[in-house]
Amino acid sequence: MVLPKQTAPISRRTFIAGTAGTTLIMGLGTVLPGCSREEAASDLAAGASKQFSPAVWFVVDGTGSVLINIAKAEMGQHVGTALARIVADELGADWSKVTIKHVDSDPKWGYMVTGGSWSVFTTFAMLSQAGAAGRTVLIEEGARMLGVEAADCKAHGGNVICADEQVSFAEIVAKNDITRTFTDEELAAMPIKPAEERRLIGKPASALDVPAKTRGEAVYGLDTELPDMVYAHPLIPPTRYGSSIKSIDDTAAKDIPGYMRTLALSDPSEILQGWAVVIAENFPAAMKAADAVNVDWVAGPTAAVTEANILAEGERLTADAASGVKVVDDGDVVQARASAAKTHTATYRTSTALHFTLEPQNALVEYVDGVFHIHSGNQWQSLILPFLAKALEVPESNIVIHQYYLGGGFGRRLFGDQMIPAALAARELGRPVKLIFQRSEDSRFDCVRSPSVAKFDASFDGDGALTGIEHAAAAGWPTLAMAPGFLADGVDGNGKFDTFSISGADHWYTLPNHRVRAINNDLAQRTFLPGWLRSVGPGWIGWGVESFMDEVAAITGEDPVAFRLARLDAAGKNAGTAPSSVGGASRLAAVLKDVAERSGWGKELPDGEGMGVAVSHGQERNMPTWTACVAHVAVDPDTKAVNVKKIWQTIDCGTVVHPDGAMAQAEGATLWGLSLALHEGTAFENGEVKDQNLNTYTPLRMADVPELDIKFMESTEFPTGLGEPPLIAVPPAVGNAVFAATGTRVRDLPIRL
Amino acid sequence: MIEFELNGQAVTSDSPPDTPLLWVIRDELKLKGTKFACGIAMCGACVVHLDGSALRSCVTPVSVAANRSVTTIEGLDSAIGKALQSAWVEEQVPQCGYCQSGQIMQAAYLLENNPNPSDADINAAMNGNVCRCMAYTRIRTAIKRAANGGEA
Repeated sequence: MVLPKQTAPISRRTFIAGTAGTTLIMGLGTVLPGCSREEAASDLAAGASKQFSPAVWFVVDGTGSVLINIAKAEMGQHVGTALARIVADELGADWSKVTIKHVDSDPKWGYMVTGGSWSVFTTFAMLSQAGAAGRTVLIEEGARMLGVEAADCKAHGGNVICADEQVSFAEIVAKNDITRTFTDEELAAMPIKPAEERRLIGKPASALDVPAKTRGEAVYGLDTELPDMVYAHPLIPPTRYGSSIKSIDDTAAKDIPGYMRTLALSDPSEILQGWAVVIAENFPAAMKAADAVNVDWVAGPTAAVTEANILAEGERLTADAASGVKVVDDGDVVQARASAAKTHTATYRTSTALHFTLEPQNALVEYVDGVFHIHSGNQWQSLILPFLAKALEVPESNIVIHQYYLGGGFGRRLFGDQMIPAALAARELGRPVKLIFQRSEDSRFDCVRSPSVAKFDASFDGDGALTGIEHAAAAGWPTLAMAPGFLADGVDGNGKFDTFSISGADHWYTLPNHRVRAINNDLAQRTFLPGWLRSVGPGWIGWGVESFMDEVAAITGEDPVAFRLARLDAAGKNAGTAPSSVGGASRLAAVLKDVAERSGWGKELPDGEGMGVAVSHGQERNMPTWTACVAHVAVDPDTKAVNVKKIWQTIDCGTVVHPDGAMAQAEGATLWGLSLALHEGTAFENGEVKDQNLNTYTPLRMADVPELDIKFMESTEFPTGLGEPPLIAVPPAVGNAVFAATGTRVRDLPIRL
Repeated sequence: MIEFELNGQAVTSDSPPDTPLLWVIRDELKLKGTKFACGIAMCGACVVHLDGSALRSCVTPVSVAANRSVTTIEGLDSAIGKALQSAWVEEQVPQCGYCQSGQIMQAAYLLENNPNPSDADINAAMNGNVCRCMAYTRIRTAIKRAANGGEA
């Protein structure tokens, strides 16, 4: 095939379409440095793509089937379905002929991460442009075949159509040798369908991953096998950091059929400190041997740390006005407090929480011809690859992570640290190694949600009106531990902070004087690896912010809904900016009004019952998902048990791509919020989490599920994130409802009366 | 050597008799639809049927299955089983999906014994099955749909 010559700058975004055999390959991405666009296109047509980094990559074959590659992890959010429908809608594809593939960690895919509720938000524009470019190519070819003008054609249902004539994508691809590229400027000008012409986005659809998951056919990391593999079981040291092995005695394991040996692991990346693994021919033997092997450790320095120690450190830090980094500093809170007629202070705390993905951590690693092939479901390949390279002392190009379905992510699989022991053992043994964590080991090695402390100081003037709030929040910071390059600068030039651990404090209420300090709890940081758990910072920050707003409303004697609406005036910095936060706080006010109306806010309730309200802007100010939640609770006067009768949520995430998938995420996130409010929480004891399995760690179950009434606002605005945001307002709505029911203000999660 | 029937086929296991049935099914007999999660019979991801009764295979020695009949998600071909799997798709129940084999096997046992369960019956029968994605309302709705001949 002959490809057009291009002389445009080579590092910019390019769309390439090229016939390869009987298929048409299309990709939108970046031509790698040192390559020309024509080299990349020819490489692409050969199916190799070493010179092109496609952010979007799809193939139409000679039968008209469309395969769309998905570089995001499927962990229950049906992300492949949503992303594929964005491409397919613009392309004009026949949805029944669309399939998806979850790709491996080949560097050509660029930066690979699935988290932060980012997937649709960060890829929507690119996927739309790629689909539109593909449509343009198919229409050009189809029009030529029909002998008509391209401008008179449209594409849908897998056909290019002009009046009453049409030609299918299958015929176009089978009968033409296509080569076409578009420059960045042409892509930017590519016509994207107006919302009213969409046929897939926003329309009902079944998720592509569901059928296999009802037949036991979906393949998770744990289900993978390789010939000649052996099994490994972790022997986890008593502390996350600083433990070392004095001696290993496996005498008692030697009688166990299938037991092979115990390996102490040396990890140059220092992610594993004082680790060993039991090796056996099968996993039952490995479990037995793990019980029988006796490891004598020298425990690290945090072996005596308790939850109370960590929270006390958080309280010390939040009380120290000099601690932390200022993230918000509007007006003058010091002056507001100095001139206040009244002040009010409250401290909110949350307990350690586990990810508890049902699929335990696992990895299968084969070391062959100098390359580590790692089979393991993962959310952030680009984060773990450098750590793996350091641990294994090979370049990243010698490591391939093969993707599978994730048996739950929730942020645990953002860090693929479980791959390291499997890879070290595979190299040592010269055989494929399948490492499986039992539940207790999975919990002990979890990167937990840090316990947190948040202190609020409010000031009021002589009329009793709120004049300012200072908010100081301390926790272990996941980003500091695992991805320090993502830390942000504070507004005071006084250092860096973890945006993910303070987000939500920079809320959309207009306050004349407002200061937020983000503080790293160093004792937490030294004791465990803080993790990103569904909703991350907003999951605990929102608990304090929205509970304290309720406290302040109670002090000023205002209705909690009216109090909030008065401050959601969309003035100044809260006006919002296009496209993602267009409308600003007025959209948060709109969901709040909606949920208040639907829940019958203000109605009379029996004694011992109450309704509470809370709002959230989701994960980040620049990606706001506007949510408002009302919870209706009944508190048993004798046992003080909190029974949540009903939860209402109204959500505005802009355009909803896959409505049923969005609703499923909202249902799950709402119940996660309820679980963290009432059912989940553990504590550090002797440097480790004390609850390691379901006998004492008690997430919400079916009988605990209240009636749910969840509504999405109709919107054609730019889509934001959804997997996490509906979690955030639930705990404070429940806490505020408990206050309404009992007059008791709860300030600790999980809620215990 | 332990002989039993797995999804209608005669099979044998060479594993020691105290080996959990789950690992025999998954790793020796290579049916991966039944899942390992908590290992202490408290989540239900490993539920299979033993002579028609729901059983937590992670804590059941393979010797218990000797000369008996085991059904896993791969062999769930009863009318009730098929109705449940259809309802699971209709209601779009699974999210990550990891617990769903166990949920469906537990639900099939419920409907075999109580063809028209109330919400309270469903809660009581299914409360031992954890769904970490918390797709509980859809699980309940799908069970009712299956009980109702596929109608919502």
